[in-house]
Amino acid sequence: MIPAPFDYVAPSSVDDAVRALAEAGEDAKVIAGGQSLLPVLRMRLAAPTTVVDLGRIPELRGVRDDGDALVIGAMTTHYDVQRDPLLAEHALLLVKATDTVADPQVRHRGTFGGSLAHADPAGDLLAPALALDAEMVIAGQDGRRTVAAADFFQDFFTTAMAPEEILVEVRVPKHTGWHAHYEKFNRVAQAWSMVAVAAAVRTEGGRIAEARVGLTNMASVPVRARGVEQALVGQEATPEAIRAAAEHAAEGTSPTVDGNADVEYRQQLARVLTGRAITAAMAG
Amino acid sequence: MRITVTVDGTRYTDDVEPRTLLVHYLREQLGKVGTVVGCDTSNCGACTVHLDGHSVKSCSVLAVQADGCEVTTVEGLARDGTLHPVQQAFHDNHALQCGFCTPGMIMQSIDLLADNPDPDEQAVREGIEGNLCRCTGYQNIIRAVQDAAHHMRPGAGPEAERVAGGDQSAAGRAASSVGGGGE
Repeated sequence: MIPAPFDYVAPSSVDDAVRALAEAGEDAKVIAGGQSLLPVLRMRLAAPTTVVDLGRIPELRGVRDDGDALVIGAMTTHYDVQRDPLLAEHALLLVKATDTVADPQVRHRGTFGGSLAHADPAGDLLAPALALDAEMVIAGQDGRRTVAAADFFQDFFTTAMAPEEILVEVRVPKHTGWHAHYEKFNRVAQAWSMVAVAAAVRTEGGRIAEARVGLTNMASVPVRARGVEQALVGQEATPEAIRAAAEHAAEGTSPTVDGNADVEYRQQLARVLTGRAITAAMAG
Repeated sequence: MRITVTVDGTRYTDDVEPRTLLVHYLREQLGKVGTVVGCDTSNCGACTVHLDGHSVKSCSVLAVQADGCEVTTVEGLARDGTLHPVQQAFHDNHALQCGFCTPGMIMQSIDLLADNPDPDEQAVREGIEGNLCRCTGYQNIIRAVQDAAHHMRPGAGPEAERVAGGDQSAAGRAASSVGGGGE
């Protein structure tokens, strides 16, 4: 299948990209790694008039240390995230989740920022970004602004970004030394998460001092399992304590029903996977 | 748009429409029909090639995105009539039934071995999870990859295929001479 015709521009700076997007009008589309967009174009589910490629903007790639946070360039590939020493040290949860994304070929092209901006509720990087209180730095014609992950994801495939804005980098507060695991449930290789749980835990003196738990595909946007987080604090990580905390995982959720799973099934998955995620995080 | 791409060691300059997929450029403009289109939905991996040393599904890359890049297809692996060790291992282990997935399987296997020169069975399965074999002939494919790893030690990979250019970004990956066993 061949996409419908479009104009193509590949700017070499963020400013040029923002300008190109504004000039191209509302039917323009940004392409990052293209691993979600190109299939959509091929099937002609979308037919943008102009495609603005961020692939030739070096400043959008890479991870840098910025004091109490890491800054991840939006065009940093999944492959590079998997191998980044700063992320492994300060944001292990992102690395663990990225390990589960799609397949090696897709991880070579697909990008961290592209995945967040695409905002597929089954995408594996949204819940970890939310759990770690990431902030999105967005560029537009009026300059840059920062939006917390909790406000960034608004609905299915919908973010706080205006059509003419571009996600340029993601600030992730350092979670140095935290235990982390991403537990994903799907039926076959490559499949999207039916439900997945992102868990990060900080221990102190043998007890859990802080916990962050994010849920993938339990709503139109990623959600925090606050009940689980609160139940874990102050506990020793015994199987009983983890099981009791995980019982809170589905509280307040009303997940989507689709051909894979109904509400009760997804909620049960959330509880079971939360227990597994915390257990695996503590073991790692 | 005019693009310049090095494919299997030869430099090409061509006009393409922006919507042209890399796989269609390779097959229809360059005649590199060794790279096949399997599913057209990004799932099957039959169209896998190496783009600047890393495996990609060439149905999910625009030809214009490959401008200035180096592409290696399955047709660029053999040297002077000698098969690449991974190709030879697929032959030796009968790692194919209908053969349609084979070009992609071989290209992805080489990429896998560049990152992990000695993968266990589980690592091979995960390394080729983006490639589907409709004949379900995975057992022999896994044997072939491990056999190739054995023959290629200390390792070989996409970096070894590079004919032109000097991108250092992949320099940390294991590499050896192509087709010669890596001694």
